[in-house]
Amino acid sequence: MCLFQFQSVMNYFPEEVLEHVFDFLTSHRDRNTVSLVCKSWYSVERFSREKVFIGNCYAVNPERLIARFPRLRSLTLKGKPHFADFNLVPDGWGGHVYPWIEAMAKSGINLEELKLKRMVVSDESLELLAKSFPNFKSLVLVSCEGFTTVGLAAIASNCRFLRELDLQENEVDDLKGKWLSCFPESCTSLVSLNFACLKGEVNVVALERLVARCPNLRSLRLNHTVPLEVLQKILVRAPQLSDLGTGSFTHDPDSETFIKLKNAMKNCHSIRSLSGFLDVNGRCLPAIYPICISLTSLNLSYAPGIFSNELIKLICHCKKIERLWILDTIGDKGLGVVANTCKELQELRVFPSDLYGVGNTAVTEEGLVAISAGCPKLNSILYFCQQMTNAALITVAKNCPNFIRFRLCTLDPIVPDAVTNQPLDEGFGAIVQSCKRLTRLSVSGLLTDQVFLYIGMYAEQLEMLSIAFAGDSDKGMLYVLNGCKKLKKLEIRDSPFGNMALLSDMGKYETMRSLWMSSCEVTLGGCKTLAEKMPWLNVEIINEHEAGEGEGEASCDDRHRVEKMYLYRTLVGPRKDAPDFVWTL
Amino acid sequence: MRHVSTLFFLKQTISDYIYTPFSANTLFFLSPFHYHIINYSSIYFHWNRSTMVDTVTITTLDVEETELRLGLPGAGDKKRGFEETVDLKLNLSSKDAPSDQTHFQRENVTDDAKTSSAKPPAKAQVVGWPPVRSFRKNVMARSAAEESAFVKVSMDGAPYLRKVDLKMYKTYQELSDALGKMFSSFTIGKCDTQGMLDFMNESKLMDLLNSSDYVPTYEDKDGDWMLVGDVPWEMFVGSCKRLRIMKGTEAKGLG
Repeated sequence: MCLFQFQSVMNYFPEEVLEHVFDFLTSHRDRNTVSLVCKSWYSVERFSREKVFIGNCYAVNPERLIARFPRLRSLTLKGKPHFADFNLVPDGWGGHVYPWIEAMAKSGINLEELKLKRMVVSDESLELLAKSFPNFKSLVLVSCEGFTTVGLAAIASNCRFLRELDLQENEVDDLKGKWLSCFPESCTSLVSLNFACLKGEVNVVALERLVARCPNLRSLRLNHTVPLEVLQKILVRAPQLSDLGTGSFTHDPDSETFIKLKNAMKNCHSIRSLSGFLDVNGRCLPAIYPICISLTSLNLSYAPGIFSNELIKLICHCKKIERLWILDTIGDKGLGVVANTCKELQELRVFPSDLYGVGNTAVTEEGLVAISAGCPKLNSILYFCQQMTNAALITVAKNCPNFIRFRLCTLDPIVPDAVTNQPLDEGFGAIVQSCKRLTRLSVSGLLTDQVFLYIGMYAEQLEMLSIAFAGDSDKGMLYVLNGCKKLKKLEIRDSPFGNMALLSDMGKYETMRSLWMSSCEVTLGGCKTLAEKMPWLNVEIINEHEAGEGEGEASCDDRHRVEKMYLYRTLVGPRKDAPDFVWTL
Repeated sequence: MRHVSTLFFLKQTISDYIYTPFSANTLFFLSPFHYHIINYSSIYFHWNRSTMVDTVTITTLDVEETELRLGLPGAGDKKRGFEETVDLKLNLSSKDAPSDQTHFQRENVTDDAKTSSAKPPAKAQVVGWPPVRSFRKNVMARSAAEESAFVKVSMDGAPYLRKVDLKMYKTYQELSDALGKMFSSFTIGKCDTQGMLDFMNESKLMDLLNSSDYVPTYEDKDGDWMLVGDVPWEMFVGSCKRLRIMKGTEAKGLG
């Protein structure tokens, strides 16, 4: 059959068939693509799409979302820019979820899942959510803020079919409410419960009973107030768990409770993922050795109290680990052990334990090189280190051409090559040249424009780039903007890039989700120019100075450097909830 | 507030003194001169060994600055103080530092265990660097190095016991403050920051000890009852199994 005939046959397929075919497309990117083929495909796709991902909540509004996807069941929303995680975005910037929930409630959307990242979630939002969607099943909040245990109580009380309540690293005001007791006796559907980020105590009796009546519970992550005795009882009731986050993991290792815990652990044959240890005594770690052999994911990055030798002993049992998050207390030697033991390792994150520069030893380039040599499946790394060398990075690049994410963070943001004192341009250059599938990159250390030349030249698949204290001139930023065709998110701080780079290819920003520039050389005038020429962009200036101070001529002076600028493409114009200190040009 | 402070120790004088940071907030200093100093906080000593001097200048710092405790080197305790300089007219010169003195220097850091975030030391801190989420920073700041050390605290005369987590505190003074708050309804006649007792008046001091004021004691790993304050803080936390705040009269035998 020739192409023309095939095309006409496709057009005669009933919509149900098309819909069925589209069902197999799970990635939202694929769905976006098919919706561009023709009007009928657009129409079929939009009525059949149940899961929507919105990477920037201000790129679109709730009304348009609902109008296009009336069958929406699952929504993912991201709010604040990434650098908000590091205190670069003042409080009150925005990212409120309430309007979205309100609009969906009014329109009769049958919402079942909501996943939010870096958004402001008020108790009112949670209450409205809980009461408006009778089939609501899953709430995942990552790095959000604005709610208290009152809101959680509303979710627990009202969501009769709740399967998942997953709170990851949120700032929650713990009003010591009994939110956990609010799960009614009739609630037996929980599959996943994660309250590790809560600071206050929970009703442990209610917790045990909840666990006992939810036979499908697979994932449970406790907070640090849940003592080891309770953990032991929970494990006895829920040996089917596959993902466990311990609360406090400290007890007298000779006590009967501890022995009971060890036995309970041995019985948990399904645990594949382990985290928590928010409060830990290294001598209690042997209790988990029996499950280490089957673990694929281990997160010890909140446990500075585990010493290097204890960590190493533990790691030796973890031969099947694929994802490992640890602290740099493990040391280069410990990383060597990881390299020898964890041959299935795919993702490694080494976080800093010494955040205030008191002088604890961190890891160096040696550890990274060892890992790259020993772990052939490694494709994602986040590495906070004391020092780095070009030679090491070049070796790593040769050993691991499969990196998808490569994030290196030197504790001193502009430290040069520890051996040669040169910038780290060549090292990162080797990474981008070798890793053809790299989609995310964070650079640090002493860097000149040269590294950006390499990035622009070689990082063809790069979607997200984070730059801090790097580069010499506008050329650096230009290399990146001209070269990285798939760039979606660019975030830059404290680098000498100015208007020339910003304005050279303004159309580029419509192909990207967002650009963040803070403490750079960009001026108010440059931003204004950009905003004028590009109506589909919101160019926001964050001005944190007090009203009156620096206002009037000074702040309106186009030659003034802009402290923080965040621009993003949008279909709906300037946002209406911007606070005083955010100025949309 | 950051402050570089210098404390000169004489090696042999370390064994010459004991300090009990709680009992009537008194510091006993046994020296050839046998004087007692009541302090609410830690005190600077500038001490010249080589000369037979008989004055010592005691300077306590203002509330906002932390200062070095008089303790074994490496005890690492920091406390608040208040502004008073007292010249005891004992003519101990503080100016020179002869080479045979033990030189003890440390950088002060304001540290509030309760707010669970240590202020950074002198190294310049860049906002948002290293790029670590606040949540993680708070967890790290809050995590003690070892396990939480909850111990029972009983106070003679109080109707019920309390529990404290010794890991929440970094100095004896912090623990003292916390215990004071916990049992405030039961204590009588405590010293407060405003009133610094006339330390030169030994009899008044003994009155205080004899009065209904309290002395903290603890049971150690071996089951012995010890006076709080003899050993460095970390050692104390490691060995303390329970605390008992005894009446001053009963505690005299332990001093």
